[in-house]
Amino acid sequence: MNFDFSDDQKMLKEQAHKFLSEKCTPKTVRAVYESGKTHDAALWKQIGELGWAGAAIPEEFGGLGLGYLELCVIVEELGRALAPVPFSSTVCQFAEALIVSGSNEQKSRLLPKVAAAEIIGTLARTEGPGAILPKNIRTTFKGGKLSGKKTAVGDGMDAHFAVVLVRASDEPGERALQLVLVDLSQPGVTRRAQDSIDPSRARAELTFDNVPAEPLGKQGEAWSDLNRVLDRAAILMAFEQVGGADTCLQMARAYAMDRYAFGRPIASFQAIKHKLADMYVNTELARSNAYYGAWALSTGARELPLAAAAARISATQAFDYAAKESIQTHGGVGFTWEYDCHFYYKRARELSLALGAQRVWKDKLVTQLELSNAA
Amino acid sequence: MDFEDSPEEAKFRKEARAWLDANAKLKTTNTDAGELKETEDKTTLTAAKAWQAKKAEKGYARLTWPKEVGGLGGTPMQQVVFHQEEARYDVAPSGPFNIGLGMCIPTVMAYGSKESIARYVKPALRGDEIWCQLFSEPAGGSDVAALRTRAEKDGDDWVINGSKVWTTGAQFSDYGIVLTRTDPNAPKHKGLTMFYLSMKSPGVEVKPIKQASGASGFNEVFFTDVRIPDAQRLGEVGQGWQVALTTLMHERLAVGGGTGGMLDVPQLLQLARELDLEDGPAIKNAAVREKLADWYVRSAGLKYTTYRTMTALSRGQQPGPEASIAKIVVAPKLQDLSAFAMELEGEAGALTGSDALDDGAFQLAWLNAPGLRIAGGTDEILRNIIAERVLGLPPDIRVDKNVPFNKAPTGR
Repeated sequence: MNFDFSDDQKMLKEQAHKFLSEKCTPKTVRAVYESGKTHDAALWKQIGELGWAGAAIPEEFGGLGLGYLELCVIVEELGRALAPVPFSSTVCQFAEALIVSGSNEQKSRLLPKVAAAEIIGTLARTEGPGAILPKNIRTTFKGGKLSGKKTAVGDGMDAHFAVVLVRASDEPGERALQLVLVDLSQPGVTRRAQDSIDPSRARAELTFDNVPAEPLGKQGEAWSDLNRVLDRAAILMAFEQVGGADTCLQMARAYAMDRYAFGRPIASFQAIKHKLADMYVNTELARSNAYYGAWALSTGARELPLAAAAARISATQAFDYAAKESIQTHGGVGFTWEYDCHFYYKRARELSLALGAQRVWKDKLVTQLELSNAA
Repeated sequence: MDFEDSPEEAKFRKEARAWLDANAKLKTTNTDAGELKETEDKTTLTAAKAWQAKKAEKGYARLTWPKEVGGLGGTPMQQVVFHQEEARYDVAPSGPFNIGLGMCIPTVMAYGSKESIARYVKPALRGDEIWCQLFSEPAGGSDVAALRTRAEKDGDDWVINGSKVWTTGAQFSDYGIVLTRTDPNAPKHKGLTMFYLSMKSPGVEVKPIKQASGASGFNEVFFTDVRIPDAQRLGEVGQGWQVALTTLMHERLAVGGGTGGMLDVPQLLQLARELDLEDGPAIKNAAVREKLADWYVRSAGLKYTTYRTMTALSRGQQPGPEASIAKIVVAPKLQDLSAFAMELEGEAGALTGSDALDDGAFQLAWLNAPGLRIAGGTDEILRNIIAERVLGLPPDIRVDKNVPFNKAPTGR
């Protein structure tokens, strides 16, 4: 049995932790919130220099070619530090879309720039509230031109490229869908900043008016390709969530030890102890599910879709619980702008929506259970 | 990262498999009926003892114990591998011996005389003699140090009076370790002393407790002027709490065996496939799917947590504290999941036994679940343990800590 990260991977994690605890403190996050900026560009640049964005990108495409396990430990640390950088959209989503669906030429052209964090990429799926279904996709791709509107696009104000889910024909259902790759610097692209839950993960509306774009993968396979991308992103971002949940637990613990009420540290009250114990239990379960996801992703296992759904549901629940109960443990000050708790509360919610709601992932998970049980 | 055996583990697995092939038959079904059956029935107990003796001959009864006392001098990981392999075979349960070998005998080995170690360890290992643990009392459950069973010195003997409760296996046990109060004037943790005794001693009376489920797995044990020699003392007089902590520390590492046979998501999934609800097949119902997913991620999370623990063992490291979360995940889940299954069955869910679906497996699980949430540490005590030992939070403030035991508040 060898179900843990290797010593080298743990060392990489430790290095990432050390770097981020110096370069990305809660003050860094606060600065982004209060400056009105969308992210910390200097930090993003340094992350590029460290090669983290290319940890799992093969060397032939300009990455370090270390592997997904290495990427997972890095993402966990980014999540722990609440890093205000477009890493998730660019590396966990955009790069994975290229890896899953891109041609060799497309990969050669863009992955080296992702690996160096020279470009920001994003995945644009949503067109409005409610489920994302083939029949709700109105953005079109005709004669090589993209037209339509996407909303709540992650890092949409900064992205240089986007992978966009579009309708490429009038056929009913999934057959009509296509993923396209679009350069967002072109005329015909309009961006509008949107207020969102987590300003350190700013979202934007993107409007396309006859913008040249290129297909990414085959029409008719877009829906299943997109689901594969989401599964892979779910595993990586589960580590981000686990890191965040862990920080909430540590913050709540530190505060409870320090804060006296009724003549004793509030950490000695069972109402607080049991809350923190539950945070610990949820976070450990999430960590174990995320590890299984990491194994599936790094080996390309058949179980990947099930592992991804379990990792995502577990991590979302753990981070959500830890973030809200950390505020509760802090009491009134936890609800103030001045304390850092609300950054985590917002990030937890942001991440729980980023790849689709719990409902969707629970349904996916049971579908996988039905399939594996039938086999 | 992988799930493979190390070369040493693979070698041992092969050996264990060869031995099991020669001595037992593979299971034909997936259920663990043997583990779930009440072990007081005579045939099961006889079969269990025979299988235990066979394992003891090979050193497999307690793999990690030194060879001198009948073990194999093996690693914790070999113990795990053996449990995994044994679980694939149709063999008698080892349940009746777990408390004795997991807790009582290690205490005897730590605190007993050379003579008592020579006398008691091997028969226990072979299953010839069964041990029980006599700690909990009517006045001391979660707060076990509040116990009141008295041991008073009389010449070279001690005389025990009082009663114990929730004693698993007392009805078929030959020996027990008993925690007693020898000094009621000392603060509660300081006036305790540990002994072992024969359950056949005059003055020991065992009465089964009828549980809410109707079954009887636990007992009350009454002591009336039970006389035992001082040679049966384990540890110093007044040091009983330290001895008890050793006993509790030796609780067997619950890896490898796990919760096999317990109702879980696969059984609920099967039920949901079979039943129709008002709006169609239960498996298509969104509320059902949501529950299945919620419980699945907890079960899977626990399974992979066990793999992490096993990995630490396999690498020769101490497992991390994550192993402590199992019971507070498993027990409430079983209670909720079985109640949910009964809800899916509708009014027919009220039936038990042979008229019920699957012979009332969900109903039985639901009836047993409250006990599981209490036995071996309540949900609340386990949360305290995680909070204090894993997260390092301060203990509760105790009003009875430095007061003589007989002056401590009792509410009556």
